[in-house]
Amino acid sequence: MNTNNTDNSILLEMKNVSIEGYSDEKWHPIINEVDLRLKRGEVLGLIGESGAGKSTLGLAAMGFVRSGCRFTGGSVLFKGKDLTKMNEREKQKLWGTKFSYVAQSAAAAFNPAHRLINQTIEASVSHGIGKQDQLQKDAIELYREMQLPNPEEIGDRYPHQVSGGQLQRTMTAMAMSSKPDLIIFDEPTTALDVTTQVNVLATIRNIVKEHNTAAIYITHDLAVVAQMADRIQVLRYGDTIEESETNNMLKTPKEDYTKSLWAVRSIKKKEKNAKDSILSIENVDASYGSGPKVLQNVSIDVPKGGTVAIVGESGSGKSTTARVITGLLPPQKGRILFEGKKLETNLDERSKENLRRIQMIYQSPDTSMNPRHTVRDIIGRPLEFYHNMKGSEYSKRVIELLNLIELDESFIDRLPSELSGGQKQRICIARALAAEPKLIICDEVTSALDQIVQEGILKLLLRLQSELNISYIFITHDIATVKAISDEVVVMHNGYVVEQGMKSEIFSPPHPDYTKLLLSSVPEMDPQWLTKILSSQKSKN
Amino acid sequence: MSKLENQYSAKDEVATVFIRRTFFQRALITLKKAPFTAWLGMTIVFIYIFVAVFAPLIAPYGEAQIFKVPYAPWDEIHVFGTDRLGRDILSRLIYGARNTMGIAILTTLLAFIIGGGLGLLAAILRGWIDQFLARFVDILMAIPSLIFALMLLSIFGSTAFNLIIIIAILDSTRVFRLSRAVGMNVAVMEYVEAARLRGEKIGWIMGREILPNILPPLVAEFGLRFCYVFLMIASLSFLGVGIQPPTADWGSMVRETGELIQYAQYDITAAMTPILPAAAIGILTIGVNFVVDWFLYLTSGLKDEHK
Repeated sequence: MNTNNTDNSILLEMKNVSIEGYSDEKWHPIINEVDLRLKRGEVLGLIGESGAGKSTLGLAAMGFVRSGCRFTGGSVLFKGKDLTKMNEREKQKLWGTKFSYVAQSAAAAFNPAHRLINQTIEASVSHGIGKQDQLQKDAIELYREMQLPNPEEIGDRYPHQVSGGQLQRTMTAMAMSSKPDLIIFDEPTTALDVTTQVNVLATIRNIVKEHNTAAIYITHDLAVVAQMADRIQVLRYGDTIEESETNNMLKTPKEDYTKSLWAVRSIKKKEKNAKDSILSIENVDASYGSGPKVLQNVSIDVPKGGTVAIVGESGSGKSTTARVITGLLPPQKGRILFEGKKLETNLDERSKENLRRIQMIYQSPDTSMNPRHTVRDIIGRPLEFYHNMKGSEYSKRVIELLNLIELDESFIDRLPSELSGGQKQRICIARALAAEPKLIICDEVTSALDQIVQEGILKLLLRLQSELNISYIFITHDIATVKAISDEVVVMHNGYVVEQGMKSEIFSPPHPDYTKLLLSSVPEMDPQWLTKILSSQKSKN
Repeated sequence: MSKLENQYSAKDEVATVFIRRTFFQRALITLKKAPFTAWLGMTIVFIYIFVAVFAPLIAPYGEAQIFKVPYAPWDEIHVFGTDRLGRDILSRLIYGARNTMGIAILTTLLAFIIGGGLGLLAAILRGWIDQFLARFVDILMAIPSLIFALMLLSIFGSTAFNLIIIIAILDSTRVFRLSRAVGMNVAVMEYVEAARLRGEKIGWIMGREILPNILPPLVAEFGLRFCYVFLMIASLSFLGVGIQPPTADWGSMVRETGELIQYAQYDITAAMTPILPAAAIGILTIGVNFVVDWFLYLTSGLKDEHK
């Protein structure tokens, strides 16, 4: 299996590459004269915020640009040949044989109507790299290396019959099938839970090393890239900010921007121990339709003016808990108390006053704001609806709210599509504040945002809490966020509450097994972290 | 890179679209890029509307004015001759635009109010209301609409009012299906959930949250349905149960002058007479379709990727 290319010659060299994209009747620069070099068997980490040009540059390494984009300068030399000067047919011969690409969402990249093994070897078969039988045997061997369960049989399954982590590993096997010289990983673990991510990272790292394949690893997660890459290149607005060996980069970053990325979250909240609880749910069971129970005997207390963080993996029942509290999903058993009074379990039975007091902010501001409403309508509707505000009072209050979330009057007539991700989420916060609620449920509000923007949003939420004495329920899978803003923490797993208590109690041992696993799976900046974790897991087994 | 750039501020985040234009400016840009067929379609539609609105000023004679000579040949007095009662064909064609198009527009509007309203209601409420409405629509659609309309018109009598109501109800089934399908995609969005959590009534959710987001496909469908309604009225009139004489209407004009076509060997212009109202129907249908095609192209997002 091993391609005997152990030499350290340069595999890929991109010089002064510039790429432009077409939008709004104009060509805009996406990448400005960026250089990139890659030796055989080397892993390069590309990091930066969204819009930094990471993915565009990654694809350009294959000589490919997305539709609506074009190369405007520079050269991409692969083994000495310039990809930008090749025609489509010549490039197609290289794609799928010498280059492979692993996309962020494996679920979207697999065809649901074909078996995994056929898709794994599809590119190799169509490029005539080998015989079908041999390729299938190789694929099974790759599955084994990827530590997939039942490597002999898993290939006969369909994409929906395996888990997300397994699918992502199958996709890596697919990329390895043609024994490429270069694999581009575009955020391969971003969509996975932390506990799954550890294993996928480990298998990717091993297989790349064993086959001496070069790789470009694109991510916005610094801790992940620290585990994977030999060298790191930081991008921002299409420019290279800094580039050096992983260890040097982590220890002594030169540029201010890199330092700001490296800085551990500066937000810290002093734990507050409140006695009164504003909301408590008691012994709640819930399920969708007649399906299995999604929540089992869940009890949670939310202190007045405090923040409860609910953590857990996807499928643990975090968001279902929010749906029960808001009344979208009436529970089968148990009750909800708000300020000591029983709250109707069904949304339709709740009074306007009760609806006003609990507001919700969603994960994705793109889908939680009506794309046809302006900022004025979005923030103003709760004012009109709950507080009967009209005319100048209404406009004045909308502007007040915009100032409160650190935006100004100039945003009032914009549509959601004319705002950045962070601004959109701020408008959603303003919409919740407009109702003057006692409790806001934040469902993964920062997980779709870049690090720096996240920090801004969290700071805003903390400031609002201290000014307006609002309570938060903060649903998240991100442990760093929990550490930053919570007073109390609830750990959920498979519909049960595993542990509940003050932040300091939860984050200090002893832990129940699941909490321990969850906490240990969060990647750390230390490049040796993954190695340590794996050896500690092995020693236990 | 200066220090200032590194200081984070929510106001300075760059959003994707930064050029603000008024509705009029945007419309102008879109029109500039319109293809030839769209222009042709728009020209046709505007001419028809103009003729329909100013019919009494344009037409040389009255709608039901009878002259002495029936079947008069094409000449200076009667440009397209007269029909079997001695009525001027050109004047009736011009008034026909008014009657046929007017009734067609009213019918289509009514069909959209009924079908669109119920479709959105079904999309939001789901459950048994959705099932009941959808099955009822299935039953209506199972019967060929022309035959169904014929039957109902002969039961209730062919007045213009009955014509509008019956065709509107039969046609609303298609609108129901479309608005229910596109409405359901929007009804599951989080902003609709947010509106429900706010305690909004169903009217607001239908009109303010969902409707603006499904308008493009509905407008395109409006153009197409208008054509079908218009053709159906013409067919019904041709069959004698549509718009009743002496009101001028293109469908019944084809029927009334149809026999002239057999005199082609003696007078080619006389034989052309029944072709004229038929062509009026055909050209409008094509014109509206050109405009709708272009509109669908603009809103579907299925644009040519390689510019």
